[in-house]
Parts: sequence; structure tokens; C-alpha cells
Amino acid sequence: MGGTATVVPRIPGAVLLPLLALLLIGATLAGIGIGAVRIAPEQTVAILLDHLGIKIDVAYTQQQDAIVWAIRFPRVILAILVGSALGVSGAVLQGMFRNPLADPGLIGVSSGAALGAVGSVALGFSFLGVATLPAFAFVGGVITSITVYLIARHDGRTEIVTLILTGIALNTVSGALTGLLTYVASDQQLRQVVFWSLGSLGTATWTTVGGAAPFIILGLLLIPRWGGSLNLFVLGEREARHLGVNTERVRIELIVVTALMTGAAVAVAGVVGFVGLIVPHLIRLIAGPNHRVLLPACALGGASLVLLADLAARTIASPAELPLGVITALLGGPFLIVLMLKTRQAQGGWA
Amino acid sequence: MPSSLIAEGVSLSIRSRWLLREVSFSVEPGEVIALVGPNGAGKSTMLRALAGDLTLTNGRVVLDGRNIDQYPPRDLALKRAVLPQQTVLQFAFSVREVVEMGRGPRHIIDNDGVVDASLRRTDSYDIADRIYPSLSGGEQARVTLSRVLAQQTPILLLDEPTASLDLHHQQMVMEVARELAMAGASVVVILHDLNLAATYADRIGIMREGRLVTIGTPWETCTEALLTEVFECEIAVAQHPIRDCPLVIPMAKSADIRMDVERIAGAAGRNGAR
Repeated sequence: MGGTATVVPRIPGAVLLPLLALLLIGATLAGIGIGAVRIAPEQTVAILLDHLGIKIDVAYTQQQDAIVWAIRFPRVILAILVGSALGVSGAVLQGMFRNPLADPGLIGVSSGAALGAVGSVALGFSFLGVATLPAFAFVGGVITSITVYLIARHDGRTEIVTLILTGIALNTVSGALTGLLTYVASDQQLRQVVFWSLGSLGTATWTTVGGAAPFIILGLLLIPRWGGSLNLFVLGEREARHLGVNTERVRIELIVVTALMTGAAVAVAGVVGFVGLIVPHLIRLIAGPNHRVLLPACALGGASLVLLADLAARTIASPAELPLGVITALLGGPFLIVLMLKTRQAQGGWA
Repeated sequence: MPSSLIAEGVSLSIRSRWLLREVSFSVEPGEVIALVGPNGAGKSTMLRALAGDLTLTNGRVVLDGRNIDQYPPRDLALKRAVLPQQTVLQFAFSVREVVEMGRGPRHIIDNDGVVDASLRRTDSYDIADRIYPSLSGGEQARVTLSRVLAQQTPILLLDEPTASLDLHHQQMVMEVARELAMAGASVVVILHDLNLAATYADRIGIMREGRLVTIGTPWETCTEALLTEVFECEIAVAQHPIRDCPLVIPMAKSADIRMDVERIAGAAGRNGAR
């Protein structure tokens, strides 16, 4: 075991986080600038500043202003929100479950949230107004989180096989129920159902941004406070408790906050899989597993990944648009295989 | 500041099986107590009870005058540290990061040198930058001990700290336990090696089937009759050739080794007759 390749060079957070922030800014400018109508980065900046009341000397047309402000900017913002929510939720779940494979999609939380969302559409619920759908996505996410947690956890530990099988079972049940709902749904509702199951940012408007932003931003602001506790969770729940973490309380808080973020993300974008798996893994490879760096880095990295994936989704087959979830799945599937092979090489596979 | 820890009639029943029955003893500041006993005797369960992990069926554990289950986790973490039998990490934390975890969830920068000192104390300083999951079992055990030391508590509960260690490091761990006790800490340590217990412990508690059969000084507890009965194998006890403590010698059962024993005993007899 010991001896070889044990000291890994790591990029410290103080370097990585600014780099990721730069990447996100670049991705944002690309996301706004690239499309059927091209808009130069300086024009993008000028338009955004103009809406903040600052005028700079760069020329742009009224049409460009409309495209940036009404179409692309809300979409980019939504991508950032969804990506950071999924990236951070993945990192939190993996730390809490002490398990590198915990991902909101893989363990069934996303599909539970999608089931909630589809259910509210197909059954025509609207008693909470515009908040109905996010609320149902949230409840679906919380119920599946708790179910996964209760089933997969045993004696303070979560076996990887049990976790994945639980995820498969929950995904199957959610998928079946979603399928059932498509029978009672109208054509219009059916389109929405398909939208959720594939994942897309195509419906982004300032209204959808406004619906998801409060939940996700609240989650992003709260999550860093658990960074130290999550590090200790990785030692084991009992050990975390011995070191002063109120594990019962922290566990519930983390489940609720990740369900809130995942639920909000799924409500506006459908099931965008693998972001919560890919991003934390890449960040850990670069910067190590310390959650104090990992959590903010996953927020920035997840935002960039979804932003660029969405850019690909709407430009690859232009003028047609691919579903975002398809793009992330095409990236994530092979990534998972590589991850599995690497782990098998390193430690003989996941126990 | 020294702390006192008292078990009063601690009993635990799970699915109508008694894992602990009426265990009572106190752990005084400045002493090392070794818990010994056969597998399944309830040693680890007792340690967990002392750590405040369990909801007892009967009895209570009193820490500094207060029932241990009344302490919030954060206060308890300032009083007692627990060394688990094994810590498996799925993530590539470095050795230093693992030891820093001993400083608690709010710790960020090691500005008082506690982490360095804890690493040095277990011969782990040189591997501080290595990745914990890549270490050997013995190295991991030493790093985990460093983590426990970094917690700087007046009470230390160690579950088989010597299990995967070589002789040198077994000795090192027990020396650390003694030093801590000399500085006023209370140490409860589960051991399988009765000679380590007899050498380093002030008192030895012998457990069997959930009961504390006896607790006392090594000379009081390590008697041939009691050890032979509790461990269900023939055990001889002699005077340690160098130290003032018992030397515990498990006797062999296999016929061939047995013959050696009898031959030597016979030879000794002849010598005596001459």
C-alpha cells in the first residue's frame, strides 16, 4: 500500500478559486456572446453595465440589447444557479455519505424532485401559484433524500453498493410514476414532462431565474458553514460526533439544504445529471478533498460546466437545440466509467 | 484541567441481549486503566458508553459531576477524545489534514503548533504530507492517535491502539499514554496484550460477558486462576524479570509443544535431584 505516489501536488484554494472565478467570467461572456447573433465581449459588458446604469463607449444595436438582456443573460444566470446548486449538492452528499458516488442524480434525488415537478404539472396543481412547481420539486427531493438516507445508511456508514442500488430502485420508481403521469397528462403537459426528464435551460426567463434564485442563493450562502463539519463527517459519523459535531442536527440541515437547492434546480431546468458527480471529483483531483475549498470550488466549477454544456447544447446542432441533460449525460457516462476503472486500479474497486 | 469519569451500574441491553451488565468503576486523573477480556466481552461497548455514544438501559456515566448525556457534542469534545479501532477514509486527505481534524469543526489554521507536536509524538511527522488512504494499517493507526492527541482532552479512550503496530510502536503508544497520565490525564485503553497491560497500566479491568469481573492493580488482577478462567486457556503468571509487574505466559495446548514443556520440566526436575 504505502510508499508510492502518495504525495500529490495540490493547487491551494487561494489560487484555484480565483482561477475558477475567471473561468466562470469567461464562460459567462462566451455564453452571452455566442449564438445565432454574435455579440462581442465588450458589447456584452457594455449592455450589462448599461442595465446597471453605467454607460461606456461601446456601440451596440437595440436588437443586441434585447438578445442579451431578455434571452441570453437570464439563461446564463440560470445555468450558473443550476450548475452551482448541483455541484455543491454533489460535494455535500458525497461528504455526508462518505461516499464518492453520491450524486443527486445517481442516488435518485433529482428524479424524485422531477417526479414532484411532473406530478404538479400533470395533476394540474396550482394552489401555491407560481411557487407550486418548485415546491413540489422540493418536496420530491426531500422525500427521496430521506428515503435514500434511511435505506442506505447502516450503523453510521453507507455502503457504496447499497447506496447505488437504492438510487437505482428510487430512480426506477420515480421513472415509473413519471411514466404513469404521462398517461393522464395532456399534450401540452406531456411536452413539459419530456422537458423535465431531459433537462434544459430553454425556458429561461427572468421569471424562472426569480423562482430558483432565492432557494439556491440561500443554500450557497449557508453551505460553507458546514465545511469543517463535513471534513469530520468523512472520518465517520461517530468520529465526527467525538470531535464535537452535532451529527444528528447537521445531517438533517444538510439534507434539507441540498434538497432545497436540487429541488429548485430541477424545478427550472429538469434533470441535469452527473454535474454533482463530475465537478467534485475533478476539484478533489486538483485541490484535494478539504470541504473548505471544495464547496466554493464546486459552486464555481459547476456553474462553468453547466454554462458551457448549455452553450454546447444550443450551438452544436444550431438552429435546433439539444437537451442540456443529454449533453451532461454524454460527458458524465464516460467520466463515470473512467472513474470506476481508475478506482479499480488504485484500490481494487469500491467495496 | 483534570476530569473525572465514573461509570455507575452501566447496563446495556440490545434485543434482549445484555451487552453490559452493572459495570461500575471510576477513572481518576493521572491513571491508565487497561480493559482486557476475551472477544465479545463488551470492552468496546464499555468504551463507547464512557464516550457518551450510547443510550444506556440502566445506570449512568458521570463526567465531572454531570450525566454524560447532558453534554452537547461540542462540550464533550473538549473533555474526551476517542481512538477508534480503525478509520477508513474514502477521500484523499493528507495526514496533516486528518490530524487537523482533531482540532474540531471550526479549526482553520494551526497557529499553536499542536498539530505538529501531535504528529511528532507518534513518529508521523515525516509522513505528514502523504495521503492517508495510501498508508499502511500501522501508519494509519499512528496518524489516528495523533489526531486524538491533537484534541488535547483530559480524558482519552483508546480502543486497541496497539492492534496493528510493530513492537517499537506498541511501546511508543503506551509510553504516550503514560506521559499523558503523568500530566494529569485519564486514559482508558483496550488491550489484548496482557503484558502491555501489566507493564503500563495502573489498574487493569477484566471484562467477560458484559461484566467487569474485577478491577485493580496488575498484581491484584493478573492471577493464574482468574486469567485461566476468563480467557478459557491455561495461563501462567510469573514475576517479570526486570520490572515489578506480573509476566503473563499463555501455555500451549498442541501435543508436540506440550511435550517440549514436559521435557524441559522433566530436565529441570532431574537437575534439581542432582
